Amino acid sequence: MQNAATPISAAAAGFQIQDWWLVLLMAVPLAFSFIIAFGAPHRARATALFGTLVAAALTTVVLFQFNWGNGAAFQFQNRIAWLPSLGISFSMGVDSVAMLLIALTGLLGPLCVLASWTAITDRVRTYYAWLLALQAAMVGVFIARDLILFYICFEFTLIPMYVLISLYGSTNRKRAATTFFLYTFTGSMIALAGLVYVAWVNAGLPKDAFEGAGTWTFDIAVLQQAAQGSLTMAQQSLVLLALMAGFAVKVPLFPVHTWLPLAHTEAPTAGSVILAGVLLKLGTYGIYRFALPFCTGAFIQYAPFLAVLCIIGILYGGLICWVQTDMKKLVAYSSVAHLGFCVLGLVALNTAGIQGSILYMINHGLSTGALFLCVGFMYERYHTRSMKEVGGLASKMPIWATFMVFFVMASVGLPGLNGFISEFLCIFGTFQASDTWGKGVWGSSGAPVPGATPGNLGPWYALIAGLGVIVAAMYLLIMVGKVVFGPLREPGAHGDAHGSHGESHDSPGHLPADLTAREITALMPLAIACLVFGLYPMPLFDALKGPVGETVAMVQDVRENGLNNGAAKTASVIDAREGTR
Amino acid sequence: MIGRLAFLWPEIALFAATCVVMVMGLSRSFSVRKASAWVCGIGLIVAAFLAATTTPGAPGAPAPDAAHGQLILPWMVPFAKSMICLVALLLLPLLAGTVDRAEEARIASSRAGFNPLRSNRAEFYSFFLFSITGLLLVASADNLIWLFLALELTSLPTYIMVAISSSRHRSQEAAVKYFFLGAMGAAIFLYGFALLYGAYGTTNMNAIAALMRGGTLSTLAMAGLMLSLLGLCFKIAAVPMHFYTADVYQGASAGVAAMLAFVPKTAGFLAILLMVGMVGWNYGPSGASLPDSLRLLLWVIAALTMTVGNVLAILQSSAKRTLAYSSIAHSGYMLVGVIAGPGDGSFTQNGISAVLFYLLAYGVTNVGTFAALACVERPSADGSEPRELDSFDDLRGLCRTHPAAGWMMVICSLSLLGLPPLLGFFGKLPLFTSGVAAGEIPLVIVLGLNSAIAAFYYLRLMAYPLLEEPGVRSGELVANPFLARRLAGILSAGGVISLAVFANAIMKQTTVAGKYPAAAVASTKAEPSLTAAEQR
Repeated sequence: MQNAATPISAAAAGFQIQDWWLVLLMAVPLAFSFIIAFGAPHRARATALFGTLVAAALTTVVLFQFNWGNGAAFQFQNRIAWLPSLGISFSMGVDSVAMLLIALTGLLGPLCVLASWTAITDRVRTYYAWLLALQAAMVGVFIARDLILFYICFEFTLIPMYVLISLYGSTNRKRAATTFFLYTFTGSMIALAGLVYVAWVNAGLPKDAFEGAGTWTFDIAVLQQAAQGSLTMAQQSLVLLALMAGFAVKVPLFPVHTWLPLAHTEAPTAGSVILAGVLLKLGTYGIYRFALPFCTGAFIQYAPFLAVLCIIGILYGGLICWVQTDMKKLVAYSSVAHLGFCVLGLVALNTAGIQGSILYMINHGLSTGALFLCVGFMYERYHTRSMKEVGGLASKMPIWATFMVFFVMASVGLPGLNGFISEFLCIFGTFQASDTWGKGVWGSSGAPVPGATPGNLGPWYALIAGLGVIVAAMYLLIMVGKVVFGPLREPGAHGDAHGSHGESHDSPGHLPADLTAREITALMPLAIACLVFGLYPMPLFDALKGPVGETVAMVQDVRENGLNNGAAKTASVIDAREGTR
Repeated sequence: MIGRLAFLWPEIALFAATCVVMVMGLSRSFSVRKASAWVCGIGLIVAAFLAATTTPGAPGAPAPDAAHGQLILPWMVPFAKSMICLVALLLLPLLAGTVDRAEEARIASSRAGFNPLRSNRAEFYSFFLFSITGLLLVASADNLIWLFLALELTSLPTYIMVAISSSRHRSQEAAVKYFFLGAMGAAIFLYGFALLYGAYGTTNMNAIAALMRGGTLSTLAMAGLMLSLLGLCFKIAAVPMHFYTADVYQGASAGVAAMLAFVPKTAGFLAILLMVGMVGWNYGPSGASLPDSLRLLLWVIAALTMTVGNVLAILQSSAKRTLAYSSIAHSGYMLVGVIAGPGDGSFTQNGISAVLFYLLAYGVTNVGTFAALACVERPSADGSEPRELDSFDDLRGLCRTHPAAGWMMVICSLSLLGLPPLLGFFGKLPLFTSGVAAGEIPLVIVLGLNSAIAAFYYLRLMAYPLLEEPGVRSGELVANPFLARRLAGILSAGGVISLAVFANAIMKQTTVAGKYPAAAVASTKAEPSLTAAEQR
């Protein structure tokens, strides 16, 4: 993990294909994006499908090339000089966490195209071109080993998503798109200030502190070392605050989640799938990759605070879901609750929690993405998402109903499907993350918990978060009960119940009652993945063992040894700096 | 005296071109007058070449010394001059067809012969060159009187250019407003200069700099500096001297507005860098910052300028006015670099380099946004001058009806927003880094938040052409016949994308340009208290 600072020159070692896998992963969708943009409109969607399939095939190849036994090491590293004056390089590398998220991105690509096949009839070139550009940017986020490269891709996802929502969304799409953009852009500007601050601290370190210190660089490994080694608690807290401003908005955590339901509800189906599947994970990934390792000390200190935010999100999101009548909004709010679990596992800061959290990122992408697909397919037929208007669709659309129930179960966390294991681990990790049982409750000094890891959370947190599981079961099952089962209810005229849906794209009108082969093809891979990862998650655990182990060791180190004597070191650096002025 | 001319070759070349253009304006032949723009272009190319080769401090040229001009920021001069000439070259095609259009249309349709008295073309271009000459002179000014004259030479022609840029009354109103407020601004900084003279008994800026750094600033000198900076705020359109901006930009034709957004702003920033550079970023007992009151003044101006510019820009319904307020906001961003100062001299920490790079980035990007407005027009019913695009409604669906203009607007406004990976982001990043390095973290946060506020209207500038359907009246819009304008916009948009990838060479140049040789000036008047600064 620390060896990324050594410059790796592909040119010096001759051309080796493994240096370029990651560039290809990013370049292929981007190239297809341009081909679509300048190609013929009637070929756009076929080209998009082809492009995403190529990207998926390439992802598969890279998945097999990846050495999963050494998941903590950054592999396929490559560094291309870009703007050395600013300390920016095109520097890449993936560990197993990034690799899994890239796999998720690659899987969702073709499914999104399939889901949009008939739904998008207007301005198809624009749509698919931006969809593929978005995929390239998302891959870029996961492969980046340079902070600014990460930031560039992180920010660039906004534009395609903005276009997708505001052109192809439903009634309130413009407002939704603008809210989405402004929220996330504001957050990430503050995060940028935090990142630059870390780079500045590194530039002020003595050159012999470690490799890369004392130079102005945005190399992630170097900055991580600098931040861990020399930020004081106060500095770490501020950097954490800045970074969380960017990432918490993206996740979204409780007080800054308000853009999400709006954006999800208004986005086209594929947009929602990508938003839920990958874009939200950029936030959790950012927390995992930057906020936690850069400001470990502050993260430990503020873990309870973050956990409380997560729990509020879990319960509040769940309760809002309970009263929703709009299916898409319901799934959107359920994302708020689910991502609460995801971050809760992360702030537990022990093996179970972090593993659960990363698994949650994948599993939430699969099951919630699939739920959005299901809702989208139904919407395409009935042009309503209101649970008041449709019901009992099991008799009309048995295949759709089967998938719907299946994915709801996966989302609820039915044991045997993928949602269960990650949710369980997140809660279990929270439960364990306590030095003592019930410390401070009713004035007790607490009793030691067997198997507990040090931390400030604990059973109480787990208990309250666990309530969220019950709430989730309630609202999702209520939705299934209303929409899938019961007497058949359909909106009056086909597709135009209230005439209130001002879509730019009209219904193609010749969809059969139940799912077509294309739609089944879109759902099937997700269903298989849900089932496989539910029954046999061991490969994922093995893959995550390395990076999670390192993260936990890092946390442990800070707990035991303080901030690596960071306070003293930084103080001397600052003194030196002041002295030279 | 001849020796002093040796570092003015670019200005001399440009002035020669100006004279040629003016003489061409007396010609009785239409075709000679038509050639004036080409002469302008050649003059600018020659000036850019001379600036990059002969100016002291340029590679291959003698090192800067007191005989050859200011020693405050001497390395800035070659970069600034070439950069100005190149952006001016980009502005030149955008100005095509600004004057004499109706007259030339009459001649083309043989309804009238060429009447030498009715043609303003050569005058317009020579004013343009005068203004650029003035701008070049600002960069190398080593005397307060010179600085004043150069600033006025930059501004005076622009008043007239605004007035004759269209035949509408609004242009004349804008010109008058601009002129009177400009005169007021000039009066304020001239008063400041006078106070500085009163404090130090000299107008030589090198000498003043040495005196300022040699002792404490007297109240008189401080008042002089502050008044000068306030007056210069007019040039950069910073609060509290920003009031004219929106009206003037809207009244002027888009090409001239683009010029106003770059030329006086650059003049102002170069002058501000010189004025602030005189007292220096290593003033005071700690030797680490600007004088407190000066820093506070600039800090407040910067924060207010960004915020006022961005907030007011949100409220506009006219694209030109939005861009005018955005230009105010960008001045505020750049002031962060001025406050940050040279740092340790590396590109990431040097606020001066950041300002110079930002001026280039802003200059290039800005041309594209105004070119989008200038490339498309609405013919008027009564046969009078066609109207340029102005309201947001005009921009609806522009990417579909006029793809070139639409995409210029989309790309350039996203770059102005600072969205990676466009040029604007790489302009803003050094401001962030230098601000953080100078310890101005609250100001950097203000800068970040302001960039986010700005997203609101830049998104609108991007979304109207790209995402909206063409409006009911979009069918009336026709492409402007002057293809040169489109060329300017395409070059600008292309530059925004390609410079983001290949910016490293320019960044290296600005790193050199931002060198701040505090010790060199101070050594002319060595004081015991300065030795620490010198050793640095």
